[in-house]
Amino acid sequence: MASSTHQTSRGLPWLLSLPALALFLALLAIPLVLTAILSFNAFDGMRGIQQSYGFGNYLEILLDGYYREIFLRTGGMALAVTLICIVLGVPETLILAKMKPVWRGTFFVVILGPLLISVVVRTLGWSVLLGSQGVVNTVLRGLGLVDEPIRLLFSMTGVIIVLTHVFLPFMVIAVWSAMQRLDGQIEHAARSLGAGPFTTFRRIMLPQLMPGILSGAIIVFALAASAYATPAIIGGRRVKVVATTLYDEFFNSLNWPLGAAIAVLLLLANILIIVGCNRLVERRFKQVFA
Amino acid sequence: MSSLSLRALSKSYGPVQAVRGVDLDVNEGEFLSLLGPSGCGKTTTLQMVAGFVPPTTGSIVVDGQDLTSIAPEKRDMGVVFQSYALFPHMNVAQNIGFGLEMRRVERGELKRRVEEALAMVRLAGLEGRYPSELSGGQRQRVAIARALAIRPRVLLLDEPMSNLDAKLRGEMHVELRSLQRRLGITAILVTHDQVEAMTMSDRIAVMTNGGIAQLGTPQEVYDRPASQFASSFLGHTNVLSGRIESRIADEATVRVGPTAFRTRVAKDQVTPDIAVFVRPERLRLGSPDQATLQGRVSTRLFLGGSWIYEIETELGMLRITQQNTGTVQAEEGETIGVSWNAEDLRVIATERSDG
Repeated sequence: MASSTHQTSRGLPWLLSLPALALFLALLAIPLVLTAILSFNAFDGMRGIQQSYGFGNYLEILLDGYYREIFLRTGGMALAVTLICIVLGVPETLILAKMKPVWRGTFFVVILGPLLISVVVRTLGWSVLLGSQGVVNTVLRGLGLVDEPIRLLFSMTGVIIVLTHVFLPFMVIAVWSAMQRLDGQIEHAARSLGAGPFTTFRRIMLPQLMPGILSGAIIVFALAASAYATPAIIGGRRVKVVATTLYDEFFNSLNWPLGAAIAVLLLLANILIIVGCNRLVERRFKQVFA
Repeated sequence: MSSLSLRALSKSYGPVQAVRGVDLDVNEGEFLSLLGPSGCGKTTTLQMVAGFVPPTTGSIVVDGQDLTSIAPEKRDMGVVFQSYALFPHMNVAQNIGFGLEMRRVERGELKRRVEEALAMVRLAGLEGRYPSELSGGQRQRVAIARALAIRPRVLLLDEPMSNLDAKLRGEMHVELRSLQRRLGITAILVTHDQVEAMTMSDRIAVMTNGGIAQLGTPQEVYDRPASQFASSFLGHTNVLSGRIESRIADEATVRVGPTAFRTRVAKDQVTPDIAVFVRPERLRLGSPDQATLQGRVSTRLFLGGSWIYEIETELGMLRITQQNTGTVQAEEGETIGVSWNAEDLRVIATERSDG
């Protein structure tokens, strides 16, 4: 009797999580495994996908300077977006926290706004702003700040601006939730011990916000590194990143195995960078995470 | 050692007046408690002294220096918070050393003073621990050591014991009090716990509605409460209905049940009905035939050191506390006599109209 009850109670959690597991398997694990297998398939420009397997695609990507440059460019872009999101997002959240509740609600909507708009509409909106005849350049020239229109559309600068706009809410939300866990008296404690507002922030508040900044940075980095629509529309042909390259391999060159290999490498690079950063920061701020 | 004065200190939040015109002088080396229920303005007063909240009007003076518009980091106040507010990412030594570091104390001296502060709260050897690795009692000691390490002019304690269990709290009362005495530091304690206020303080300021209802030594405030509020907030009190029998100016003879006593009454006392107060420990139990009043024991509680009796009498329910001397004086349901001495009965001479 006792053992059978025990068995039921052990099996039950598995049974209950079955639908979720099935969904996970069908929608994530299976396509991932298939993509991974595909990435080892050989490809012939004339005859398409071959039934032989090897590391050819990976070697091609790793040895070719063209792909290396695309990977480095994507990493640099994601890093820049992440850093700008930290620099803008942390003060933004601090200001939000000091606001009166009514204004705070309003500004939360403003900050979360980009997430409420379809990616295509939002991106096309930005291309209207950033074009050489666009609002930004017209204003800059009208004010006499620049003589020539500066290149924002079809440039890395434009892509970083737009990605920052879209991903900033994730940083704000992450830092905000870390801030909610802070003890409000700690700031007062630091002040009473002789630390000015700036020192209090740098030495006392910032280290405690690190878990939030880290999780925000991970989300932003991962999303930026694999972003497709913004680099495609704002960056265009000139600014090739990993996501647009693998799209091209799949749908223009029809070289699916090479595209799959790029996808696998992007995933691996993302995981390595995120786990590495996580370890580093967690060790440095061990006590805050406890 | 420093003295502190508050002059007509007020704080308004929009239409709400949290603190209204508090005047208070704290002497050098004195331990003063601000005692009152939540919302009475005691915490806001302390926050204004620490500099976290700017006063609407009034001033804060320490040793003759007006601190009202000085930033908190320049006030030299040691603050112990209710949540302890330790820095979670710093170990014990770094927490205690933070204030000294801000004062640019040289390295060797800093280490020596951190050790000294730790020894003071009997936590020597825990320098390397992090707050998450400490018990509640230890965290509180670190918070006290951190506040004392900077050798503050005034020590401010914001309900520092409310997160400790009862036994530890009792121990900390004694320990913190003797530490404060030894260092001769001026201290202000904010609390809603009347036992805490009475055991630790040289003087108690009973606060209500943003003002000080009564200021005095614990014994004065307990034995001669200036208002019904002070009387009921500090310990238990029995309220009897009395009647003024005769009166010459403010001298009156008041009758309570079968006894009468002479007392001073307020000038604005016009009706003959008057509330008379008597503390539970001033009432005596005795045999019914020799007592002032007869009653029936409705509840009896044993507290170890003492007994609490609730006695139903013609004057209403009376609470009596008796020392546990080893003999049981009355059972529940038994009829028993209650007596008192006339000098233990009090009327509140001046009930403040705004209190």
